[in-house]
Amino acid sequence: MSTPVIIVGAGQAAASFISRHKSLGNSAPLLLIGAEPYPPYQRPPLSKKYLLGELARERLFIRPPQWYVDQGVATRFETRITEIRRADKQVITDNGEVIDYDKLILCTGSHARRLPAELGGNLPGVYTLRSIADIDRMAPEFQAGRKLLVVGGGYIGLEAAAAARQLGLEVTLLEMAERILQRVAAAETSRYFRELHAGHGVDLRESARISRLIEDAGKVCGAELESGEIIAADLVLVGIGGSPNIELALAAGLDCDNGIRVNQICQTSEPEIYAAGDCSNFSRGGQRIRLESVQNAADQGDLIARVLAGEDVRYNALPWFWSDQYDCKLQIVGLNQGHDHCVIRPGASASSLSVWYYRGARLLAIDAINEPKSYAFGRKIIEAGKNPAPELAADPATDLKALALG
Amino acid sequence: MANITWKMEDGSEISADVKDGLNLMEAATANNVPHIEGVCGGCLSCATCHVFVDPEWLARTGEIDDIEDTMLDMTDVEREDNSRLSCQIIVAPELDGLLLYVPEPE
Repeated sequence: MSTPVIIVGAGQAAASFISRHKSLGNSAPLLLIGAEPYPPYQRPPLSKKYLLGELARERLFIRPPQWYVDQGVATRFETRITEIRRADKQVITDNGEVIDYDKLILCTGSHARRLPAELGGNLPGVYTLRSIADIDRMAPEFQAGRKLLVVGGGYIGLEAAAAARQLGLEVTLLEMAERILQRVAAAETSRYFRELHAGHGVDLRESARISRLIEDAGKVCGAELESGEIIAADLVLVGIGGSPNIELALAAGLDCDNGIRVNQICQTSEPEIYAAGDCSNFSRGGQRIRLESVQNAADQGDLIARVLAGEDVRYNALPWFWSDQYDCKLQIVGLNQGHDHCVIRPGASASSLSVWYYRGARLLAIDAINEPKSYAFGRKIIEAGKNPAPELAADPATDLKALALG
Repeated sequence: MANITWKMEDGSEISADVKDGLNLMEAATANNVPHIEGVCGGCLSCATCHVFVDPEWLARTGEIDDIEDTMLDMTDVEREDNSRLSCQIIVAPELDGLLLYVPEPE
């Protein structure tokens, strides 16, 4: 058998790469190596239906384990790669095995940032949320009546707060910035989710800085704020963002800067090594960016399979995201970075609206809240490079379908 | 349990027995049906699990809600009267024998 393409990291990007590699009929053998005991699985439901106990673990799997067998894809789970030897085109596993590769695809993902240990970040009862194992550890603590403190008002923290309220926990959420979602969304989107959570009984505090987590009997029991206030908690969930897993790539001498730098075909500074998903840093519109999203992982994995099959393609996918909280569906298309103004389009009901982000006359992105038409047609509009005047977009009488398909 | 058949444009077919309660996007990806991706996991954000339901079976697959109806406007292959997103069809015994046609993007 010829030397395999080795995929390191068994997440969304890996699954997407393998699916496309197989559907294109590429006969190059594949070896998938993952640190977790599971085949690639969907992470978004972890903070929602899986935490709520509404989705069995097996239903998270993007493909069932048997699919990899049927497709002739070799897999090694619970296996870490400790070293890449570029010159010899080999990887070394954590049990010392040396494996040759023809091409190497790094899908090493990202990890959740923790609070520093000196602030109590490693106390028992303090959790981060990224993997099945994380949820399996914290789920027994999610009991009605208990007090959850969420640190960080980004999407993960807000989704976990929603799930916790649905399970009957008392929830306090702390955001150190002036408003939740400050880094990723306009003030109007922040306002919507602040009111949504307040309406569901979350004690949501903005401009609230933690000075330390406090412990009792060897377990976290709350947090002390810089204001001196003490907030009691039975458990703490820290959702303060993610960092790319680049240690392997760095040690191998690959160019890294907030992720593993890749070119337009997701190739790293070493031509035989590619990178996809949360760990990759790529150029979009003249800026280097890194995205932690299903869309980016799936589309980059797909692209690498096409590149290896000889297709002449470049990565130029339009980003999209979603977040489900309570019965509210937020869908986002585009990237709002660099916007200089935005307009609000009222939705069909009191609980729906969309935020349209512009730089000058150019439409960059849309946050659609319970407003799938703005998302779906907005996506078509952005894909087509159309830039409707802001006042047109904001006018609920404007027929978005006609604008998108016309 | 229901036996589901996916028919490709070239006439080839994939059939599988699918457990009740699963949706047809999960069933398709588990059975390696081409062109059905389900990138968003079934939360109505990607429109990559589009199928045409055999007209005889259409009524039995249930109602299309507003979100699905909107998302069907952004499928790769243009929608028709019998278009559905397969993630929104939940397998039940009365779907035993269901026939689906798989759209193939250019």
